Amino acid sequence: MMQPFTRHTAIAAPLVQDDVNTDQIAPILHSRGLKEDYRAMLFYRARRRDDGSDNPDFVLNKPQFRNAGILVTGQNFGAGSSRESAVWCMLANDIRVIVARSFADIFRENCLQNGLLPIVLAPADADAFTARVIAADGAAPFTADLVSQRISGPGGGDVAFDIAAADRMRLLEGLDDIGLTLKHIDEIVTWERRAAAVQPWLQTARDGR
Amino acid sequence: MPKRATESHAVPPTLFDKIWDFHVVGRRADGRELIYIDRHVLHELHAHHGFTHLEKQRRAVRRPDLTFAVQDHTVATKPGRNDDTNPSGAAFLKATRECTRRNGIRLFDLGDPEQGISHVVAPELGIVLPGATHAVPDSHASTVGGLGALAFGCGTTEMTHILATQVMALKRPKRLRARLDGRLGAHVSAKDVALRLIAELGVAGARGYAVEYAGSAIAAMPIEQRMTLCNLNIEMGGRSGFVAPDDTTFAWLAGRPYAPKGAMWDQALASWRTLVSDDDAKFDREVTLDCSALEPQITWGTDPSQVVGISGRVPDPAVIDSSRRAAAESAYAYMGLTPGTPLAGLPIDRVFIGSCTNSRLPDLEVAAAVVRGRRAAPNVIAMVVPGSSTVKREAEAAGLDRVFRDAGFFWGESGCSMCAGGNGDRGAPGERCVSTTNRNFENRQGPKVRTHLASPATAAACAIAGRIADVRQVLAAAS
Ligand code: SF4
Repeated sequence: MMQPFTRHTAIAAPLVQDDVNTDQIAPILHSRGLKEDYRAMLFYRARRRDDGSDNPDFVLNKPQFRNAGILVTGQNFGAGSSRESAVWCMLANDIRVIVARSFADIFRENCLQNGLLPIVLAPADADAFTARVIAADGAAPFTADLVSQRISGPGGGDVAFDIAAADRMRLLEGLDDIGLTLKHIDEIVTWERRAAAVQPWLQTARDGR
Repeated sequence: MPKRATESHAVPPTLFDKIWDFHVVGRRADGRELIYIDRHVLHELHAHHGFTHLEKQRRAVRRPDLTFAVQDHTVATKPGRNDDTNPSGAAFLKATRECTRRNGIRLFDLGDPEQGISHVVAPELGIVLPGATHAVPDSHASTVGGLGALAFGCGTTEMTHILATQVMALKRPKRLRARLDGRLGAHVSAKDVALRLIAELGVAGARGYAVEYAGSAIAAMPIEQRMTLCNLNIEMGGRSGFVAPDDTTFAWLAGRPYAPKGAMWDQALASWRTLVSDDDAKFDREVTLDCSALEPQITWGTDPSQVVGISGRVPDPAVIDSSRRAAAESAYAYMGLTPGTPLAGLPIDRVFIGSCTNSRLPDLEVAAAVVRGRRAAPNVIAMVVPGSSTVKREAEAAGLDRVFRDAGFFWGESGCSMCAGGNGDRGAPGERCVSTTNRNFENRQGPKVRTHLASPATAAACAIAGRIADVRQVLAAAS
């Protein structure tokens, strides 16, 4: 069951790039098992140079951002594959907030499923906020508060953000999604009966040979 | 389509509305709609996570009879393969076998005559049907939209939710109609159309939309090409993508093992004939593309929107939208290309023909027609990996394996293979690879591998030429 989200205070790291995809966030690595090291997986390739040593230029490798818990980025974050490991490896690194211009649909849903807050700022706010994060350079933390729907931190006033009421509720309450849906079990059964009557081929999937 | 009390369409419905509205089970307190999932197909990378989670919560799989599983992402392609041929896949394969057996779920396992990539297996067996909803924990789920099914890719947690409830909690997407008109030229296929459309709309251009592909170019397309098109829907960010079913669809489905039979087929057919957008249906957005002058397309960069025609050049940064320029700069560097270089003529090291995008029998037939009687250039490692064991068998019955083998191609056992390299099939650093897959992301086909996405015809022509080449010229030169 997911951890509820109310507020999160942490260093914010700027990854100023559009279309960061899940292959970059959580690359499929060569040696894999059922228990993956999600902490090591996050941006595995970007974090390394060709010879395997640390890439000092990658933002999360910079000393001031090593413990970043908020990521600030561009458009269409989380594009590509549906792999949920892209969210799990954020959480394994204590990153619980991503501020982006926009998110890919499946990635955003995976965030909501796991208590990671996806914040989209209006373009003007996003520019200003990114500039503040760059200026802060890891010296002081920012706070994302889901109750008041505000981000605060060095370099300016609070920034309000929008989030759908339903998404906000899911995050705040850390609800058991399966449990929520199973409250509707009667409706599910009713639907199945009706479908079996009017489109019976949908309710049977049998090898007819 | 039967009406429900909740569905009073003041406006004429689109096909999307018809399928969605029929499948609304209820509305959760958080405002999400519960959409019934008629067919759920798992694969080995996620299956064990879901079952382990359910077992911990002491919850059962609600409809094992509507749930299927495949082994595709990590399976080796070497002849005579077993669980351990790809050591990093073994744990996934065994765990999936165990948990599907415990839960009474039909698994298309290694060695099964119908094993293969989920998006190839589910339609070819008639598991997925027009007007049905479909979910797979894989972003290319909408491939089966080619049959007129409404499909959603999902994450692991959503997959587990479907296992327990048989519904998905979704926000209703907006509706986009992509009208693709015109007759495709010789050796131009759905892959070229899709790449052009992604180039026009961008990698996030369809985000938040369910996309209906319509128009004369679609009407003329065989089902396999419609599936290629719908497969690539996610590469422009679409939530789902589909084509209204028509007589081509019904003829294709008739007699497939899991498709309805007899009187139920007739009843289904009558219902499927209503699966069209009403004439004056309103879409939230419409885009059009004239396909008549389209030449074969190929990607030059590291996302599927960085596309040019095969006679084109690596674009100059000056013609690239300023918001996309930084991405282009990093793509030039990764791909080892300078602006202005013609694509045709670039020497290549590898060709891969396969993946859920382009590994069905007609894809292999097209490639074989280019390869027949020729040989892959000596500098090229060329691989063909059928999308399913059924496709492989059919291709072998038609002698295609010989055509490829005689030309020096590797002919493999079915699976995802080099699409994402999860099974160990990868290129070496720095190699340039022409691939019929769907993602040219950095490192996807192996660390530092430079991927150019193209159609099966183009990929086959490149293998013969040993460089990026226009299939029309390769064939003309030979005749
Ligand atoms: S072929 Fe590629 S895109 Fe398709 S299911 Fe396999 S890994 Fe995913």
